[in-house]
Amino acid sequence: MSELAERVLSGDPRAIARLISYSEDGDPRGAEEMKVIHPKAGNAYVIGVTGVMGAGKSTLVCEMARELRRRGKTVGIVAVDPTSPFSGGALLGDRIRMNELVSDEGIFIRSMGTRGMLGGLASAVFDAVEILDASGKDVVIVETVGVGQAEVDIIKIADTTMVVLVPGLGDSIQTIKAGIMEIADIFVVNKADRPGIERTVAELESLIDLSHGPGIRRVPVLQTTAKDSKGVTELLDEVNAHEAYIRSSGRFDERRKARYQAELVEIIRKRLMTLIFDEDKFKGRIESLLERIQQKEMDPYSAAEEILAKLLK
Amino acid sequence: MVKKIRVLIAKPGLDGHDRGAKVVARALRDAGMEVIYTGLHQTADMVVQTAIQEDVDVVGLSLLSGAHMTLFIDVLELIKDRKMDDVLVIGGGIVPEGDVLKLKEAGMKGVFGPGTSIEEMVDFIKENVRK
Amino acid sequence: MYDRKKLEGIAKKRKEWESTCYVPLKEKAPEVRERFQNLSWTDLKAVYGPDDIQGFDYIKDSGFPGEFPYLRGVHSTMYRGKTWTMRQFAGFGTAEETNKRYKYLLEHGETGLSVAFDYPTLYGYDTDHPLARGEFGKCGVAISSLKDMELLFKDIPVDKVTTSMTINGPAPIVWGFYIANADNRGIPRSRIGGTIQNDILKEYIAQKSFIFPPEPSMRLIVDTFEFGSKEVPRWNTISISGYHIREAGSTAVQELAFTLADGFEYVRWAVARGLRIDDFAPRLSFFFNAHNDFFEEIAKYRAARRIWARGMKEMGAKKERSLLMRFHTQTAGVSLTAQQPEVNLVRVALQAMAAVLGGTQSLHTNSMDEALALPSEKAVRLALRTQQVIEEETGVTGTIDPLGGSYYVEWLTDRMEEEALRYFDKIEKLGGMLPAIEKGFFQREIAEASYKFQREIESGKRITVGVNKYKMNEPVEIPLLEMDKEGERVQFERLRKLRKDRDGPKLEKALKRLRKAAEGTENTMPFILDCVHAYGTLGEICGVFREVFGEYKEPAIF
Repeated sequence: MSELAERVLSGDPRAIARLISYSEDGDPRGAEEMKVIHPKAGNAYVIGVTGVMGAGKSTLVCEMARELRRRGKTVGIVAVDPTSPFSGGALLGDRIRMNELVSDEGIFIRSMGTRGMLGGLASAVFDAVEILDASGKDVVIVETVGVGQAEVDIIKIADTTMVVLVPGLGDSIQTIKAGIMEIADIFVVNKADRPGIERTVAELESLIDLSHGPGIRRVPVLQTTAKDSKGVTELLDEVNAHEAYIRSSGRFDERRKARYQAELVEIIRKRLMTLIFDEDKFKGRIESLLERIQQKEMDPYSAAEEILAKLLK
Repeated sequence: MVKKIRVLIAKPGLDGHDRGAKVVARALRDAGMEVIYTGLHQTADMVVQTAIQEDVDVVGLSLLSGAHMTLFIDVLELIKDRKMDDVLVIGGGIVPEGDVLKLKEAGMKGVFGPGTSIEEMVDFIKENVRK
Repeated sequence: MYDRKKLEGIAKKRKEWESTCYVPLKEKAPEVRERFQNLSWTDLKAVYGPDDIQGFDYIKDSGFPGEFPYLRGVHSTMYRGKTWTMRQFAGFGTAEETNKRYKYLLEHGETGLSVAFDYPTLYGYDTDHPLARGEFGKCGVAISSLKDMELLFKDIPVDKVTTSMTINGPAPIVWGFYIANADNRGIPRSRIGGTIQNDILKEYIAQKSFIFPPEPSMRLIVDTFEFGSKEVPRWNTISISGYHIREAGSTAVQELAFTLADGFEYVRWAVARGLRIDDFAPRLSFFFNAHNDFFEEIAKYRAARRIWARGMKEMGAKKERSLLMRFHTQTAGVSLTAQQPEVNLVRVALQAMAAVLGGTQSLHTNSMDEALALPSEKAVRLALRTQQVIEEETGVTGTIDPLGGSYYVEWLTDRMEEEALRYFDKIEKLGGMLPAIEKGFFQREIAEASYKFQREIESGKRITVGVNKYKMNEPVEIPLLEMDKEGERVQFERLRKLRKDRDGPKLEKALKRLRKAAEGTENTMPFILDCVHAYGTLGEICGVFREVFGEYKEPAIF
């Protein structure tokens, strides 16, 4: 067995950290290690946390981690923040809210930037979760900002997904309508000590009424005040209940299968993109095809067919 | 394969002057790096734990309280203990000349005082970071 | 001030001047800069005239010095009657070392004291707390108990000299040390005077030495207002500070707006508690920065006085003293350079001049070596001499508000006031001060401004002499302050002895009563004083509050 993978499996934080970096950078060394690790992963329960900006997600994740530790669980946290589309850099500040977890050896926190589309964010997050899982963490929490498509993709990794909102943010309910309704297993209204809480909860409940049908688990709405550690115990109890529900209904295996399917697609997509856009033999060709498309000498469909034909040859 | 430079910007000690740390964090982001900012009041142990988990290439410490000879040295020693010799450690703040020399002896590769241009800092990181 | 006809004539004349004189010359010989902007990025005209202050009504908008709305100054005689207080912020190492520095400053003509505390003290930790590691005496003096306060003011007549203390989170406790020291020396509380900074809002906004969450912090502050107005009537129980907001990188306009918004917020909280506005408002004081843009700074001080007076009147203040904005000024630390540090003397002199022309009540001038280390004795003396030269030699003290009526300064004053009022609206839309803090509004505004400024320095659009222009490569030769290396050990020993020698059970009881008061709604000051008199340490007393109130964590804003 390779040394790095072995160290990851023994829980060595530096090895875990380095392997995640390989994955993020698309370093070929990473793939080899991931092959070794895969059979050992699959034991951790994965919680996805997403929601609007300023909802207090990091604080909530921090409190959940503390409660999980009290319950004797080890925890991995992957905090994803957007990469600047202009510079390709990122400011990752989620740890500010998690400082008190740093000295606990039972917790491992990793910040990730979404990087560029070609970087294959989702696959790096998949890997990070798998690495933390294989390293022996009982629970892995994935936190993402916002509710865009990229986040929805990432959240496919999770066994239980919670969508976090806050009272009074007028648009937040609107955001949900725009597509996140489907991915929520639990709604959390954080900052529940703020005015407007009743209204936000009522609006959510009536939204759930619309989509709720007979025989389906009704998505619960929980209230938390993470900064005062309120409602977190109940929230984790709800996660347990959801886990029992998906395990007994066969949905757990479906979800895991969907996760691996997504990962498989992601790896293939990433490899193909790398093959086409990063390899020198294609670079010049693509430039000239683009030129021709622009001059109306060719159409994008024919160009794509030409590239694929070349690739499959 | 795209290797991005990952930088930890940390404020050890009790000093709350975070203007410089934040300006630098933003500037490094704008130079294409991934910057992890931990906020205020970090102990040496927290800085090093974070550096490990985040697998950073650079640790940037910012301190204006004058406690650098204790707090920077604490971090440098821990880093040495853990044999993280491929991590570039730099510092910023009001550091008198004599202390700069001592910090460099202790393993701090760059010490940046008031008036340092961001370009200078970015160049320094790009030149000295592990490749 | 001018009739319509004359104004129309002036405006017409301006157009004529622009088209026949100014623009042709500008086209022939381009100006040295493409745009002339002040430090708040306000575009400036080449020249201002009566047409720029058309609505200016002298009686309503200006008045004479000591008259509403106090645009021209809070006293009718200003510096003819009393020079500003020369108050140099100082403190380092042990109480004994700083006590020596205070005596030195007083001997050289300083007229008020100003205490700088070290970080552990600012955060309410004793010197021997693990988080205090390496910080002892570095940025100020370490004061962990009444014992230290006694040594700090040994042989200093605290009934004659006023003392300003830059302390915020633990302000009631440290003020308690000061009061208890006077008590023990037999000086009535009514005879001690000074200021505690006690301005927690700007800590969340800029300076970041907060301890507790906003609500309990505000409650402690109102406790001091209430206690002070009854027991220590000559004490300014707060110094609402724009200084740190500016140092964190805000513009002058933001400094003005955020500081006054803070001020009005304190008033609202105190009134909500049931205090009578005229009982506490006369003891509210302010603290501003003096930065490089000369006229903008002067306009800022003038605008601040007028906004405050009008706002307080609107809030129901009746007493004249409640309407007066009295303020301390410190020259901009952030403007000091480590390169060619002697040049800082020049910067400080010009900044100090702006503060004086703006009508400050007290002034700290920075020392030239502060971008390098703690100031040496000589550097501090030169800084003080700078104030003395302004006072004694320049003649600026003879005429009150000498720039009043300058078209430019009046225009800029109006404009800064307008922009401040616009910020007030924004804050209100965000739900008020505390929600705006929690949402990171101020922090973001400041971060944006400071980053923009830094970028302009980098690109050479803004010049700092000696840093990005007129650079020199020569070693810096400034004598640096050497601190007593034994200081920390002395302090450890003193704390150990204190904890051993004091009446333990008596302190326990006092701490228990303080906890009960903190959990309830009673004024905490008398209970704090009991703990202080029983020689409870700062860390112990603050620890009670930490347990009851919890600690604040800031939102992540860049």
